[in-house]
Amino acid sequence: MRIGVVTFPGSLDDVDAQRAVRLGGSDAVPLWHGDADLKGVDAVVLPGGFSYGDYLRAGAISRFAPVMGEIIAAAQRGMPVLGICNGFQILCESHLLPGALIRNDHRRFVCRDQLLRVENNRTPWTAAYAEGQEIRIPLKNGEGGFVADAETLARIEGEGQVVARYLEVNPNGSLDDIAGVSNERGNVVGVMPHPEHAVEELTGTGTDGLGFFTSLAASVLA
Amino acid sequence: MRGTAKGGTRLRAVARVVVAVMPKPEILDPQGKAVMGALPRLGFAGVSDVRQGKRFELEFEGEVTDAVLDEVRQMAETLLSNPVIENYTVTVESAEVRA
Repeated sequence: MRIGVVTFPGSLDDVDAQRAVRLGGSDAVPLWHGDADLKGVDAVVLPGGFSYGDYLRAGAISRFAPVMGEIIAAAQRGMPVLGICNGFQILCESHLLPGALIRNDHRRFVCRDQLLRVENNRTPWTAAYAEGQEIRIPLKNGEGGFVADAETLARIEGEGQVVARYLEVNPNGSLDDIAGVSNERGNVVGVMPHPEHAVEELTGTGTDGLGFFTSLAASVLA
Repeated sequence: MRGTAKGGTRLRAVARVVVAVMPKPEILDPQGKAVMGALPRLGFAGVSDVRQGKRFELEFEGEVTDAVLDEVRQMAETLLSNPVIENYTVTVESAEVRA
């Protein structure tokens, strides 16, 4: 599999995401925000960081980058897209994912090893996990509070679009402890915590995040 | 619209359209809450709630027509606000003349 990783001005975790893609057994293809070219990749990761300094709203400017036009069109045709942290914010701003992410309810930046439950393992990004599997990966955000109106929330809960949920602590005020969601089709997934920082024993919280990067090949072969 | 006033000063008619963006009432506003918490500490009493939003001042040369306002609403819905969590209003401020 060839998985593109987009670099925006202000992306921080693009290199980590590329590394995680390679450790997951795929080729990492760097993509540039200013190029409306997906270089024929099979899937795309939007990494974490502070693209455009979070000006206006986190993800609001990046959403209109030339590469995003291609990604939005490809996602609507079913291409797998994973947004991590700032990437999640960009996907919400693009309206590829329901809801939005607002400032943490406690108003402080949070950085912790976060326990999650994988609620939906039927997406191309979570197929390597068991349903209900608990994983611990790093979380670091200032604007990670997931919000949606009551009707949307009921719909995504009902349709199984909640991909991961916070356990032990709700670190940012997210409604229903939601840590990650998918679109209706399931090919577009956003998560606020960082699986790409938990892919090797040497650093981080272990290798619980690796499944996000091995799932794609597994789900295609299945 | 450009012109030259007596004395040679170059003048320019500028119309200002203001887009005010506010978090929807049902959406938590942590920044507004922080301000609300600070006011009593500073001795300002009697404020029962604070919501924090954004104000955009868009300047146009010449007259603000309905077509311009329609375009401003598109800007507000596309970029200036996120309709999932925010509402906006559009108002025209009086045109002024500037050098």
